[in-house]
Parts: sequence; C-alpha cells; structure tokens
Amino acid sequence: MKSARLFAFLMVVVLLLTACGAPAAPATEAPTEAPVVTEAPTEAPKEPVELRFTYYADGVEADVMKPILDKFMAEYPYITVVLDVVPYKTIDEQLPAQVEAGEGPDLARITNFGAYRGKLLDLRGYMADPAYYEANFPAPILNALGFGGYPDALTITGPYVNKTLFDQAGIEIPGEGTTWEQWTEITKKVKEATGAEYAISIDRTGHRFAGPAMSMGATLINAEGKFTVDTPGFRAFAQIVKGWFDNGITPVQVWLSAEPVNSCIGPFKAGQLVMCMSGSWQINGIVKDVGDTFDWVVVPNPTGPGGSTGISGGSAVVGFASTKHPQEVAMLIEFLIKAENYAEFSAGTLALPAHKEVAAKGVQYKTDNPDVVAALGVYTNEVTKLTEQAASLNVHPYAFAYYRNSANRIAQYLSGELSLDDMLLNLQQDIDKAIAEAQK
Amino acid sequence: MSLANLKTLRDTADRFFTAVYDGLVAAVDFIFSFIQRLLGIKGMPYVFVLPNLLIFGIFILFPMLLNFVYAFTGGTSFFPEQRPWVGTQNFEQLLTCKNYLDPNTCVEDLFWRAVYNTIWYVVFQVAGMVLISLLTALILNRKIKARGFFRSVFFYPVLLSPIVVSLIWKWILQDTGALNGILTSLGYQKMPFLINAQQAQFWVVMISIWAFMGFYTLILLAGLQSIPADLYEAAAIDGANPWQAFTRITMPLLTPTMVVVVVLSLIRAVQVFDIAFVFTGGGPGTATLFLVQFIYNYGFSSPNKLFGLAAAASLVMAAVLIILTGIQLLARREEN
Repeated sequence: MKSARLFAFLMVVVLLLTACGAPAAPATEAPTEAPVVTEAPTEAPKEPVELRFTYYADGVEADVMKPILDKFMAEYPYITVVLDVVPYKTIDEQLPAQVEAGEGPDLARITNFGAYRGKLLDLRGYMADPAYYEANFPAPILNALGFGGYPDALTITGPYVNKTLFDQAGIEIPGEGTTWEQWTEITKKVKEATGAEYAISIDRTGHRFAGPAMSMGATLINAEGKFTVDTPGFRAFAQIVKGWFDNGITPVQVWLSAEPVNSCIGPFKAGQLVMCMSGSWQINGIVKDVGDTFDWVVVPNPTGPGGSTGISGGSAVVGFASTKHPQEVAMLIEFLIKAENYAEFSAGTLALPAHKEVAAKGVQYKTDNPDVVAALGVYTNEVTKLTEQAASLNVHPYAFAYYRNSANRIAQYLSGELSLDDMLLNLQQDIDKAIAEAQK
Repeated sequence: MSLANLKTLRDTADRFFTAVYDGLVAAVDFIFSFIQRLLGIKGMPYVFVLPNLLIFGIFILFPMLLNFVYAFTGGTSFFPEQRPWVGTQNFEQLLTCKNYLDPNTCVEDLFWRAVYNTIWYVVFQVAGMVLISLLTALILNRKIKARGFFRSVFFYPVLLSPIVVSLIWKWILQDTGALNGILTSLGYQKMPFLINAQQAQFWVVMISIWAFMGFYTLILLAGLQSIPADLYEAAAIDGANPWQAFTRITMPLLTPTMVVVVVLSLIRAVQVFDIAFVFTGGGPGTATLFLVQFIYNYGFSSPNKLFGLAAAASLVMAAVLIILTGIQLLARREEN
C-alpha cells in the first residue's frame, strides 16, 4: 500500500513538473552578443530587428547568399537576417498559404510570381534610390512583382548534349538551325551507335514544353493575352514527344513516374541520355555530379516554323507586405541589388544576371571549367533570341493556370490515357476554369 | 549506515510523501467538490470529457463545418469571408457528365477518373485482402511449427508507417530500383513496374494488401479461435472431411467476423491515399489517382488552390463513407 502511494505521489509530481515546466525555447535563439551600434553617439541606438528570409536552393545559392547577408549585417548591426533554407516544394505549396494567412516571412525567394499578387511590399517608397532599382531590371518582371522584389537570376531553357557519346559515335554535334525532327534522328543514331540507353528527353513541366512548342509555331498566348493550347505548333511538338515514347528512345519515367516535377537531367548525368532539354539552372549540378565522367555541351535551342526560342524564367527575391519591418526589408533588398553584391551572387551561382548594369559589365563567373564558360555563353546568346511570347510567359498573371495543368495532361497523352484532341481540349478547359476561379 | 537507520529513513520519507500526496489529493478534491457544487452531479461528466471535447471540436468538428462553407463558395481565397457564394456550383461541376461511364465527357474528368480508380481499387484490394487474410489466418490457426513467430511476421508490416512501406517498395520497384538492377545484372530487360498503368495498379493493390493484411488476419484468427473445438470433433466423428468442416462449420460461424473485416477494409480502401501518393504519385498518367489524392491535389498541392472543388469532393466522399459506416454498424449489431 505504501509503495503504491509512493508511486502515485511520484507520478503526480512528474505530471505537475511537466505541466508547470518552463515553455520550450523559441526556435531561434537570441543573438549571444548585443548588436554593436556604429552610428554617432548622439543618435539613439536602434531597436534590434530580425528579418526572416525563406529561401530555396537548386544548388549553391544559399551558400553564396550567406556571406552577402553577413556583409549586410556587418553594415547594419542592429538587423539580423535569418536565412531559412527550405525545399522548393515548401516555397511552391506552403508559402502562398502562409502569406495569405498573414503568417509569412519578411522575405522569400520565389518563382511563382502570380501566387503573390497584392501580397508583396512596394519597395519604392522605402528605398533610398528607387530609380536605380527601376532602371536596372526588366520592367515586365518588376510589374509582375508589383515592385515588391527583384529577379535574382535569369534562367532560360535549353538542351544539354553528351559530347562524349557524339564523339564515340563519330557524329558531329549539329548547331544553330537544327530542327526537333533532325535532333530526334541524330540522337537516335548516337544512341544506336554507342549503346546509350536513351536518345532524347525533355523535363516534365509545361514550362520546358512551351519553348519547343513555340518553336514549332505554337501561339500559347494569343493577341488578347489569353492562353490557347490547341494550335498546330503545340500539337506538332506533342506528337514529336509522343513519337519518342512510341519508339522507345526516351526515358519514359521522366513523364510517367511519381514525381510531380521531373527532370531528364538525372538520366543525363548518369550518362544514359544523349540529349536532355532542361535549362540554365542545371549547370551547377552537372558540374558537380558529372565531373570528368564525360564531356557535355549546351546547344542552341532547336528551330522550327516559330523560330528558335527557349523560355525565360527565374527566381525573385521579394519582400512581403505583411512584414513588420518594411524599411529594413527595403534596405536589405537595396543592398542585394547593388551591382557588386548582385554580381557576386551571379558569379558564385553561375546564374545569368537579370541586372542590366551587371550584365553590361559582364560577370566573372567563379569557375575555370571551360564547359561551364561555354554553356553560359550559349545560354547568354539564347537570351537574345527569346520571342516576345516566350519572354512574357513566365510573368503572365495567369501563367500558373497553364503550368499547373499542362504537365499532367501531357503525361496523360503520353501514357496513352488521352488522345491528342482530348488532351488539348481538357488542358484548355483546365486553364479556363483556373483563370475563371482566380478572377472570382 | 545500519539497517535500523535505513528503516527510519524510509519511514520518514514515506510519511513525508504520504503527507504531500494526501495534500495534493485534498487540493484536487477541493477543486472538484467546488465544481460539483456549482454544476451539480449531472454536470460532472461534461467536465471530465471537456478536454477531449475541446480537441475534437477544434481539430475535427470545426474543420468539418468549415468544409461546408468552402464547398458552397468559390474563388481561390483562403479566407471564408473573401469567398463568393456559388451555391451548388462546385457539386454541379463535379457531378456533371454526358456519359458517366466515360470520364472524358465529364466537366471534371479527373474527379471521375479518381472515382473509377477508387472503385476498382476497392474491389480488388478488399477481395484480395479478405482472401489472403483468411488463408493466412487458417494456416496460423493450425498447429504449425514456430506459429508465434509467423504470427509476428505477418503482423509486422502493420506496425510500419504506410509512407515507409511505400518508400521501401518504391526503392525496390522503380525504374532504377533494386529489382530492375537484379534483372539487368542477370541480362534481362528492365520491367516497367511503375510506369506501365496496369502494373502500377497491380502493385498498388499488392503493396496495400501486404501492409495491412496482418491486422485483418489477427481479427480472423480471433474469430477462428472462438469456434468451439468440440464442433470439429463431433463433425469428425460423423465422418465430415476437412472441406466439409470448413464450409459447414468454419465459414458459417466466421461470417459475422468476416462481415466486420470486409466493412473495415472497405472503409479503409475508400480512403486510400498515403501508399499510392508516395508510391506512384497517382501515375502513370492518372492510372493510380484516387479520390483522396484528387482532393489533396485541388485543395493543397497547388500554389493556386481550388478549395471549393476539393471541399465538395470531400463531402461526396464523406457521404460514401457514412453509408459504409452504417453498414458496419448494422453488421456489428448482427454479430452481437
């Protein structure tokens, strides 16, 4: 009986201690040292400010950004910038809901500009030199962002080719002006000559699909700015990709496996694929993962009745209107768009600059790899070839309606679940419904 | 320290702890006596269920009610007050078809593809699950060697998270997975386990049976063990063969348990999500897109969410589940 009471007493004490215990420490600890005030002694010390910066990285972006943020914090010791590095899926799926609910961070690196319409902070009112900001970035991008941020990197879609396989096959890599049909035949020959597993592939996204479709003559965005998918050009490229599937020359898992967004860069890096249509953001990963295993090059986008065009895109660093520190957010962004800081980011991440002054001066990319230098040169040249609709797709306010539905619908066609007509009909309906819903 | 000292120390500690314990009990008694005086004896049960009721209300009842609001409103806004009233438009959009047997003729073709996929999944998964669980239970009910070990082995996958189960099987069956690695190293062609529609559907059913059959086997085993042994002895004396004993004694007496197993597995099958989502992502195409994933895709996974359609689809699904639960309750009543 005594033991039972003792046990019961101890249980009660444990429960009480657990219940009355100190609350858990916040996730972010307070700085161990008090911020050093560098202003004149007559000026009152500023209250410490913490900015939360939600950030995703395809490669080394976060590593390159951290020292730049350190410089900023050294310059403004009362501001602490906490870089929360998250997977891209978090940016894509969770961040819009957080921002909508007013629970978002102060800043973030985003790609889907349309999802944050009306939620971004118009920085111009808080900047010391808004004219510099407006003058140095493409106006369509700043408009799409509502002047709430800046494009930190310009990306463009384009194909990677395994040069070693071409050399082994004794076939010359074709250059500018080669059509998609010709590339299909040539890569097929390389595959057959070398025993490579696959000839040609394209990332599983509507974004990557759009460039070749436009090259084949698709007018995805018509004169009134509306999305139209059922065009001869879109049909033609869909049939070309279907031909890859039917002839067994493409890694079908890229379009048919579980991942919502899937890239052909995996089989390409593994040396199994002759040509992969992806984009400029893959350079870092290829350098890191391929190493000396084989030689690779970026080739100009294949051409067709609609010309030769990739699709421009990229990420942006934005400040949210819900921030409690708009002044400091603007200060940070103004710091990040200074030519030397922007150039440092572009050089370290091997990203194409969207900053006019930086682009004009040229970026000294931090690489001695001639493949990378050559690839960046080809991509830079592709920027000059962008058609008007290719440049405006990514910043179109309803681009999400096309992006959200296109990959799944095209996958249904490629898997044989839908005919081409049904795929186009369904995709058009999906886009129209999504836009109508967003306009309510 | 001598034994006597130890005893004295223990008695002192015991007296101290007893006094504190009694004090705490008295304090609790004081609080609850006060509440009882305030609410009366009939009010006390509500006080005791209040914590659970709060959790249920906040995390289940409130979202359920909110779901109705979303189902009858439109737009992409997260906040109910910013969503325009659209009446039954979301339901009409979901349920309008020219030909219900052809999803392509439906306004929301993906919903109907998900419905048909869920129906075939339920049919094959439940049938397979019941059959395999019954066979396993019958074998484990016999006096075989290492019976306890085998019972544990069959139950073990139930203890695993469905996500873990899916990942394990994905590593085995994906294009660059272990099984294809073995096949190619032996000189065979790769198999499209997850990129051929029929194969992906087959494997989703098989894996879910593998993951959950232990639970149903256990229920059936309990049912089998509740059948009196003397019935089999009497049948044997009367000359009944094993098949006759199975069809005339085992099956009739196991029927109530079987009904429970069928209904429980049916309810679980309709709710299929986690295993298929991780394993195939709903593909290839929409070959393994089920109803819950349709709801998830529309309500959660896209940056621009269609909460109204997702909420309407979830209410349609809730209606199906309520019917199935009603059947289960009837079955239980029959069993009792």
